[in-house]
Amino acid sequence: MRKVLQPILAVALGLALGLGVTRIAGESPWHVLQILWKSAFGSSYDFGMTLFYTTPLIFTGLAVAVPFQAGLFNIGAEGQLTLGALAAAAVGALWPMLPWPVAPVLATVAAILAGTVWGAIPGWLRARRGSHEVINTIMLNFIAAGLASYVTLYLLKNPDSQNPETRAIGAGYLIHQFGVFGGAPVSLALPLAIVAAVLVWILLWRTVLGYEMRAVGQSEPAARAAGINSGRVRIIAMAVAGGLAGLVGVGEVLGNAGKFRLGFSPEYGFIGIAVALLGRNQPVGVVASALLFGALHKGAADLDLETEHVTRELSLVLQALIILSVSAEGLWSWMKKRGEA
Amino acid sequence: MTAQLVASTLRVSTPLIFASLGGMFCERSGVINIALEGIMLIGAFGAAVGTLVSHSPWLGSACGMGAGVLLAAIYGLFVIRLRANQIVAGMAINMLAMGLTPFFCKILYDVTGSTPSIPIADRFQSAPLYLSWGFVVICFLWMKYTPTGLWVNFAGEHPEALAAAGIRVNRVRWAAVLVSGALAGMGGASLSIFLSSSFSRDMTAGRGFMALAALIFGKWKPLPTALACLLFGFADAVQIRLQGVALWGDQPIPVQFIQILPYLVTIFVLAGFVGHSRAPKALGTAFQEG
Repeated sequence: MRKVLQPILAVALGLALGLGVTRIAGESPWHVLQILWKSAFGSSYDFGMTLFYTTPLIFTGLAVAVPFQAGLFNIGAEGQLTLGALAAAAVGALWPMLPWPVAPVLATVAAILAGTVWGAIPGWLRARRGSHEVINTIMLNFIAAGLASYVTLYLLKNPDSQNPETRAIGAGYLIHQFGVFGGAPVSLALPLAIVAAVLVWILLWRTVLGYEMRAVGQSEPAARAAGINSGRVRIIAMAVAGGLAGLVGVGEVLGNAGKFRLGFSPEYGFIGIAVALLGRNQPVGVVASALLFGALHKGAADLDLETEHVTRELSLVLQALIILSVSAEGLWSWMKKRGEA
Repeated sequence: MTAQLVASTLRVSTPLIFASLGGMFCERSGVINIALEGIMLIGAFGAAVGTLVSHSPWLGSACGMGAGVLLAAIYGLFVIRLRANQIVAGMAINMLAMGLTPFFCKILYDVTGSTPSIPIADRFQSAPLYLSWGFVVICFLWMKYTPTGLWVNFAGEHPEALAAAGIRVNRVRWAAVLVSGALAGMGGASLSIFLSSSFSRDMTAGRGFMALAALIFGKWKPLPTALACLLFGFADAVQIRLQGVALWGDQPIPVQFIQILPYLVTIFVLAGFVGHSRAPKALGTAFQEG
């Protein structure tokens, strides 16, 4: 019970604190909440946009959750998704004539591979060189951003545009968008994300490898004593995470923009940390909290227009406060103690 | 040309030096500080607002440091008192700063992008540069020769031993986190009222993380860390200088490769390919006082 109750309480606390902040701007928190709700779920288009933001957050949430189960902290989903999207766009720009369905499958494989490599590097560094994955993934995020900027501006630049983006991918690469969302770019990437969540669940709880991952995450020395090759398990966990993050490129490049745009991600990788944490690093929880954070992101988008002083950046404040609330171990053990007393 | 490059290297390393010294206190006491980026950002904002109001860069930087301390206090509350995961809470603090700065900017100036520009007479000309090196020396002496410096060290290496000696570990960590907030806030201040003429959105642009990288490169020691900041500052200065310069034909030099250099170097150093860097032993573990 506590497993479900605690995240819900944390969300409530975070929202209450964050909306309280809007008082400073002279807005009624209740009014702001109504705008958030209406903007996230008010029409089929709004709901579609919420789902559009939810999709990459499922991928990045899983990309944080899998290594977490193996005792690793993946702050690198941002870099992994950047290179995944870049790889998908590069394939599409270099071989634009490839027909459907070969084309999107190839681009998807490229996205997974690029992310996998970028995830495996910090996994390897941790397993074989003992250097901490948190610092390494942060550094790799910046390196990925630099590489993406170089490839986009120098190698694959779109000659017809002033924007920092690559050439358009071929028409055969575009994947199906669902028509019921009033034009919101909800594509096949959404069911793909759900499938990924199911596969992650199977991996973690129904395979030997998943068992080994969780064993390493529980206690690395114990797992090693039991004969588990913890280094190998850690590298695989990070590689899988990278591949999952790379899949963000499918929704963005093949299902939405049709090219790689520098800075397309509003920090999906970092929000993924919050998604995983709130979802208790379980696939079902990740999907649910991805929807919440997707709705917050979409909901806040209309604040600029609908209020005098509150801007869309409020979503960052709300997300931050929800993360802080859910991570405050001391608060929850104190509440538990009081509950028992 | 060379003199200019030296000058701009010194200038752009100033915020890095302040922030990484702040990070040093925090991390040597056993508290990871991923939040440097956010603390710098709020410091930059506080300093810009303070200077616009008071027309004094000194009062302005005091405001920046105050803002940094305030945000660091929230961080401390969560990681020390409430034993939140330090990396998670640190990332959340960064998000909070990214969200709160445009929020307050909009309330105060009715724009989210940046504060009004600060007149040149009200800005720092070179003081933060000298100040930062003064702080390097102070921090060096402090960590090496004072009892409190020793406490910070023990809080990060052997907290149990410190507790056994009758010192409250979490008090030492609180002090270190708050000092770190003040220094990182000053780092932000030197961005907005020394290197630029206003606060602009997300103006730290990863410098907090670069300061963290310098700290690791500098093996968590004041002097090597400051030198690492200089090195990264040099890369930054070169990169700025080369932007748009043509090397062969009309192809501009891809500065991206210079930009990623500091991060690449940090990975190599941390992996032990170049020298070796060891973190404080109790870094990242909460201490529960009995």
